[in-house]
Amino acid sequence: MAAAAEEDLIEIVEAPIEVRRYVDHVRDPAAGAIATFEGTTRDTFEGRRVVELRYEAYVPMALRRLRAACADARAAWSLRRVAVAHRLGVVPVGEASVLVAASAAHRADALEACRFLIDEVKASVPVWKKEVYEDGEVWKENAEFIHARMSTTTTTTSAAAAAAAAQDKRSCCCGAKVKVEEGKEEAHHSNGAGLEGGLEGSDPDRPL
Amino acid sequence: MATEQPKDTSSVHGTSELIEILKENDKSKVHINSSIEIKALFFARARDLTGLSKTSIEMPEGSTAGDCMSKLLTKFPNLEEISNSMILALSEKYALESTVLKNTDELAIIPPISGG
Repeated sequence: MAAAAEEDLIEIVEAPIEVRRYVDHVRDPAAGAIATFEGTTRDTFEGRRVVELRYEAYVPMALRRLRAACADARAAWSLRRVAVAHRLGVVPVGEASVLVAASAAHRADALEACRFLIDEVKASVPVWKKEVYEDGEVWKENAEFIHARMSTTTTTTSAAAAAAAAQDKRSCCCGAKVKVEEGKEEAHHSNGAGLEGGLEGSDPDRPL
Repeated sequence: MATEQPKDTSSVHGTSELIEILKENDKSKVHINSSIEIKALFFARARDLTGLSKTSIEMPEGSTAGDCMSKLLTKFPNLEEISNSMILALSEKYALESTVLKNTDELAIIPPISGG
C-alpha cells in the first residue's frame, strides 16, 4: 500500500528549505522513482538585477490549498509519497523558495505529479512574492493565477460559476494528466480547476 | 455616614434606572442581531494600499462577500487599484462575491498570488 494522504509532508517554513528532509520523506522501498522540483531565486528579471525575493502567505489557507493539491495529485496519478515545502521571508539569489517531491513506482507518475503540484502552487496557493531590485521593488503576479481568476469571474451568476467549477473539476480529474503531458497552455485549465475547486467551500473530495 | 445616604437613595432610583438600562440593552441587542462583524485581512499589495494587515468591519445581516468588498472600497479607496485583479477568500476558502456572510467570518482580500 502507498502511504496515506495524511502522511503527505506539507510545510511552510521561514528558514532555508532542507531538500534532504523532503526527499527522504518520499523515499519508499516500493518506489522506482523520486521526482523533485525546486524553485529558486534568479538573479535577473527582464534585465534588472534582482537582489532578493520576499515571500509572505496566508498561512492557514496556503496549507489547506497545498493539502488539496496533494490530494488531487494522488487522485490523478499513482503515487507513493508526496512532500511540498514553501519558504517565506527573504529568499536570497540562488536559494530555493519552493520544493515539491513525489515518489511513484514509475517515473512518469512521479514527474507528472511533480509538474502538476508546482503548477497548482503557482495558480491557487495564497503566497506572494515581492521582487527586490537594486533600484526598486514590485509585487509579482503569477500568470497561472490570472488565468484561473478569469475563468471564475467571466461567468455571470453564482450558479453558472458553480456549474463551471464542477465541470472544470471533472475535466481536471480526467484530463489533467494529458494536459500536463502536453505542457501547453491548456495546462492552465487544470490550475483553474484548482482555484475553483475551493469556491463552494464544501468540497467533499478535498480533505480540508 | 455621608456615604450611606446617597447609596440608599441611588438604590431606590437604581431600580427604575436599571429597568431603563435593560430596555436599552434589549434595543441594542436587536441592533446587534441585525448586524454582523467581519474580520477583513489584507495581504501583499492590498496591505500596502490600506496600510493595515487586518480590520474589523460591521455589515448588515444578510450581506454578501461582494457587499463587504464594496464597503471596504469605500473605506479604502486605494484598493480600487487591485479590485479587478483580486479574488476573495472566506474562512480560508476562495469565495464567490455572492456568498452570504456570517458573523465573525474572516474575509481575505487576495491580490494576484505569486508563490513558487
